[in-house]
Amino acid sequence: MATNEHIVASFDDELNDLAQKIAEMGGLAEEQVGDSVAALARRDGDLAQRVIASDLRMDELQRDVEDHATQMIARRQPMAQDLREIVGAIHIANDLERVGDLAKNTAKRVFAIEGNFAAQRLVAGVEHIAEMSLSQLKNVIDAYTARNLEGALTVWQRDDEIDAMYTSLFRELLTYMMEDPRNITFCTHLLFCAKNLERIGDHATNIAETIHYVITGVPLTEERPKKDTTSVTAIEYTESDK
Amino acid sequence: MTDAALSPSPVAASRPPVEALAEKVTIRNLDFYYGETQALKGISLPLYDRRVTAFIGPSGCGKSTLLRVLNRMYDLYPNQRAEGEVIFDGVNILSPKQDLNLLRSKMGMVFQKPTPFPMSIYDNIAFGIQLYERVGRSELDGRVEAALTKAALWSEVRDKLRASGLSLSGGQQQRLCIARTIAVQPEVVLLDEPASALDPISTSKIEELIDELKADYTIVIVTHNMQQAARVSDRTAFMYLGELVEFDETSRMFTAPADKRTQDYITGRFG
Amino acid sequence: MALYDRRRRRNVMIMGLSVVATAFGATWLVAILATLLWNGVGGLSLAVFTEMTPPPGNAGGLANAIVGSLILTFFGIVIGTPIGILAGTYMAEYGRYSRITPVIRFVNDILLSAPSIVVGLFVYEIMVVRMGHFSAWAGGVALAMLVIPVVVRTTEDMLLLVANPLREAAAALGAPRWKVIAAVAYRAARAGIVTGVLLAIARITGETAPLLFTVLNNQFFSLDPNAPMANLPVTIFQFALSPYSDWQQLAWTGALIITFAVLALNVVARYLSSRGQSR
Repeated sequence: MATNEHIVASFDDELNDLAQKIAEMGGLAEEQVGDSVAALARRDGDLAQRVIASDLRMDELQRDVEDHATQMIARRQPMAQDLREIVGAIHIANDLERVGDLAKNTAKRVFAIEGNFAAQRLVAGVEHIAEMSLSQLKNVIDAYTARNLEGALTVWQRDDEIDAMYTSLFRELLTYMMEDPRNITFCTHLLFCAKNLERIGDHATNIAETIHYVITGVPLTEERPKKDTTSVTAIEYTESDK
Repeated sequence: MTDAALSPSPVAASRPPVEALAEKVTIRNLDFYYGETQALKGISLPLYDRRVTAFIGPSGCGKSTLLRVLNRMYDLYPNQRAEGEVIFDGVNILSPKQDLNLLRSKMGMVFQKPTPFPMSIYDNIAFGIQLYERVGRSELDGRVEAALTKAALWSEVRDKLRASGLSLSGGQQQRLCIARTIAVQPEVVLLDEPASALDPISTSKIEELIDELKADYTIVIVTHNMQQAARVSDRTAFMYLGELVEFDETSRMFTAPADKRTQDYITGRFG
Repeated sequence: MALYDRRRRRNVMIMGLSVVATAFGATWLVAILATLLWNGVGGLSLAVFTEMTPPPGNAGGLANAIVGSLILTFFGIVIGTPIGILAGTYMAEYGRYSRITPVIRFVNDILLSAPSIVVGLFVYEIMVVRMGHFSAWAGGVALAMLVIPVVVRTTEDMLLLVANPLREAAAALGAPRWKVIAAVAYRAARAGIVTGVLLAIARITGETAPLLFTVLNNQFFSLDPNAPMANLPVTIFQFALSPYSDWQQLAWTGALIITFAVLALNVVARYLSSRGQSR
């Protein structure tokens, strides 16, 4: 009676192609994020340059995925599971492309803080966030490949940890900047890098939501736990901080 | 209503409740036999008023059989019998006391192959009207024009009403059959693969027609073209081997069906 | 290639045999028509259609025989056609799935090829003997009994050819059974049924045996259905076997008239049926 393959085999081939492209994007994204933070920590300009260059490939892949998906919709009139897969692939490709852009942005900032090895402790803070974000990214991409709903939901729920870390790093950086104006340039760039990494975590969550939709057909609408309160964080400057 | 079971999902939003709709026809535990062979098994489903319900399924699943039970067309043939209940306007139409001709004047049917009568276009439409009503000439003219207009055929045939119905193209013939059916002002219109013998443009015209007709009639359409069912219907019933596998809102059936068999069929994994 | 050659030779041989057989059959047909024309045309004149059958040795025509044949044919058709059409309708419509219909069809087919002399004898027994004399009524009845099987057969066949969806479409509008048949099935099968009637006329036009036993013949012009009536087949029979040459001439002419009447009817029937199919 039923098999898991389409009667028209080329349909399955096209879906596999799509999945492969996403997998490649996922691998590339992980690599970019990892390398951009390593470059930041070591102030490695060459590594940063390589990260920036590889973003071209990411953009190309994203365009490919969109094009491929559009073609499939036009030609195959996909329904149900197939439709959700294809639409999901478009969303995930977008998220991964953004992750690539954020990694590129982080890599660019390596050149801005070149030579400045002060406050390694703060850079370690950024690395810590990076570890978490990267692990979320890895886990969500694995969940997508395996179509693992539980895995996706786990990623979805752990985002608040990243948010909490980001909020505390935000305070620290503000405090450090207030101590000495010479730190401002350095800290501002670090702030942006931290923000980028926090956004990467958010994108991982988006991908998790997409995975949920692809597998169950129902969007994930519960309120995601949010611990990012930096938008309302302020630190008073007092004379004594000088 | 007997929607199929919801699929389990840990953090899913619950499916919004079905709007309160009037049931024009209720089918309950319908069994149908061709001789000794059982073709329909325990079918129960509602047909909502002024909505389009589609029956889909692979060949031999019983969708046409089910449609033909609704106007008791099977009565024309021996060795075909139905058991169970089909409630239409409060009456079980499967009862032997049911007046078949009256039933059929309320349940119109359009067939897969266009079947214009061997008469003029005018007479084709007038035939049905004059079966049950005594209508004066000018009123008859008006009714014929109204029916042809509603079927989007008036402008094409207004100058040749006396020409034979058989002189029209396939798509026009089918619209003639639809005009003929709605001329008798039925309450339900049954369409048995109405566009499968037509070219794409005629098919689109018929689909547009269905969209307009549903404001006034309850429509049931049997189709083997899933995209057509997705485009045209509000509710879809998927049948397989004589059983009703799933019945749901069309928008959900085609994006997230509950039953694996439905999913396999509509994605082209079998059938 | 030897196989291919052998097959080609065999093909040519068989084709040759078929052509020869066709030519052989066609030759005889042509010969009959030619003989009829040759012998009959000579006697063809207006007088044939206006003068009565003469006593031997006198000039005359076939008017009374022609008129008589027309009347007898008319009776046969008027009695036989309604019965035939209604019976065919029952078999194709109401009784289509009944168990008795195949039996009726079988019996009908037997009657279709029943020897017409048997029909004549039968009517002789039930009508002529009872009435005490020959009559055109009896002739008409005998001819009707030959018409019925033909009309039944063609009516049933033509009605069965009407596609069921057409009937279903009419029924789906709420039309009662009789209306479905009258307005739709008959309309659709009209050409075929009319063809059937024409073929029946063609059949009975030349029947002689039944007329011999029922209506006999009449030398004079008579329109009285209760008495023997002149008719072409029996007249031809009588005149052809006689030793008088003018009677023989009239017999040839009569045969010519009958043959071409039947030919014309067949052509019309064929034309009508092809028109019905091309729609």
